Amino acid sequence: MKAKSGLKYGYVLFGAALGLFGLDSIAVQAAGQITFVSQGGAYQQAQTVAILDPSAKKLGITINQDSIPDAWPAIKTQVGSGKPIWDVVDTPTGYCLRGGEQGLIEKLDFSKIPNAAAMPEAYRTPYSASYEFYSSVLAYSQKTFPQNAPNSWADFWDVKKFPGRRALRNHPIATLEAALMADGVAPDKLYPLDVDRAFRKLEEIKPHITVWWTSGAQSAQLLNDGEVDMVMAWNGRVSAVAKEGAKVNFTYNQGILQSTSLCILKGAPNLDTAVKFLNEAIDPVHQANLPLHIDYGPGNPKAFETGVIKPERAAQLPSEPTNAAKQALMSYAWWSSPQGEAAEKRWAAFMQK
Amino acid sequence: MLALVSPALLVILLLIVVPVGWLAWQSIYHDGFTLEHYHRILTEDVYWRSFALTFEISLLVTVLALLLGYPVAYAANAVPRGWSVVILALVVLPFWTSVLVRAYAWLALLQRTGVINQFLRYLDVIGEPLALVHNTLGTVVATVHILLPFMVLPLYATMQKIPNDLMQAGASLGANPAQAFFRIFLPLSLPGVLAGCTMVFVLCLGFYITPELLGGGRTVMVSMLVSRNVELYNQFGAASAVAVVLLVSVLLIFVIVSRFVSLDRVLGQK
Repeated sequence: MKAKSGLKYGYVLFGAALGLFGLDSIAVQAAGQITFVSQGGAYQQAQTVAILDPSAKKLGITINQDSIPDAWPAIKTQVGSGKPIWDVVDTPTGYCLRGGEQGLIEKLDFSKIPNAAAMPEAYRTPYSASYEFYSSVLAYSQKTFPQNAPNSWADFWDVKKFPGRRALRNHPIATLEAALMADGVAPDKLYPLDVDRAFRKLEEIKPHITVWWTSGAQSAQLLNDGEVDMVMAWNGRVSAVAKEGAKVNFTYNQGILQSTSLCILKGAPNLDTAVKFLNEAIDPVHQANLPLHIDYGPGNPKAFETGVIKPERAAQLPSEPTNAAKQALMSYAWWSSPQGEAAEKRWAAFMQK
Repeated sequence: MLALVSPALLVILLLIVVPVGWLAWQSIYHDGFTLEHYHRILTEDVYWRSFALTFEISLLVTVLALLLGYPVAYAANAVPRGWSVVILALVVLPFWTSVLVRAYAWLALLQRTGVINQFLRYLDVIGEPLALVHNTLGTVVATVHILLPFMVLPLYATMQKIPNDLMQAGASLGANPAQAFFRIFLPLSLPGVLAGCTMVFVLCLGFYITPELLGGGRTVMVSMLVSRNVELYNQFGAASAVAVVLLVSVLLIFVIVSRFVSLDRVLGQK
């Protein structure tokens, strides 16, 4: 299976190489295929079983896979070159939106994507549809807090009541939201973010932050190694180390619900097939199969109505309606706005002071 | 002669001159000529602070690498040939291990529940674990370790060429070993010192993975600004400009150093 898709990928690369020399007709002759890109690892493996293979079978197309941890620079380069190789990309929703606004991502015609048209509006943008959900949650060591564990961002900020070492992500996205919730803003009243207020609140906790983490693996490792006692981390990372026996836990309370979405590169080589695939990939049943293989929630909320996800499993997922209600839904539209971009640029100055 | 080297020149042209030229071009051209990226670097504190920190860390790393590397090179030079091979092998061996692996190894050693802290607590030397990593200290320790071979090897090469007779002549004229070392050996080894320091300093300026993994997010070096700018700005030019400024600083350092020592000695075998 792996070798086969490797071969196909090799064929695409070969085709692309020929395309570079002006023989692009050879590259596009194989109809009914697309190149799909996600972030690799266990996550892409889970999608292959739950979504990609079944979709390929149902549509009778070939799905060539590629993976990259951060697709954004590659999207810019590929579209900038005028000859993108990729068709559909699974990437944080903010990049789909920003890419769309910069002319790097195709605008979607939702009349051709009924599965997306049926989703609540907050789950799509003009350029993308939610593919899966994860959450930035408050996680803690059960060794340090066997009971009375911190349960809100106000607790995280309360260094007297909850003494211990802390870590946050070295990135403003979700971190500013947490700061505002710690300062008393309700999860559903966050946007537009009061950036000044958020940074003021962050200055307060800054001396107590031991590590500003950069990779998801690092965040869980810090907790597992006893380097910190509480951390903002992605739910899937925490549950993964918990499954391996680490004494760690987390709460969905005031988590920041984030998503990756599917979007199509501007000028994608197989645009029509890509649109068909996008619709198929967010089909409720395929989507319901995803959390059977990995700790992420389906991007299409209708997946919870299919009966595929057992109630006890659903209760563990970030986008399950009861869990979702406890959390703040991230506004990628705000983060892509000029204010959002300005907040992102301000982060480096905050870190260096 | 030209015909013989022309394939090599072509490779250099394709793999170095063209990409670097493209990099520089992007930093000043995007839908028209623009200096906005350079203007930003000159006016925003973020850049100034990172460049200052990067030079500070590089200087510290260079000094530490020299203090650690000189005695090692000296020993490798002074002992019989068999032993010097062993010493050099020990210096070069970690060099074959990935930088990433070594960074994680240092994490395992330095962190709160790491080997060093646990050992010190076992001995009751400290009550609370020391903050050895996730800060500038951790970054410097690991960087020194990674760059040490670049200090030791040029030093050793230079010391090899210092004739032993000179020290003996000094001794026969009444110099004690310390005098002989400071008045004969040390000055003669200075070109090696300069070569090693330049290599370590320049390589350290571009370090990325080590500060990223061991700096705890606070140690923002220039290379990290390059990657951050790719994410933050819509144009690669924003990142290219930072890279160009760093490249120019490195070239300036080479120009200054070349006034004191032949560049062949820094970069090559002579």
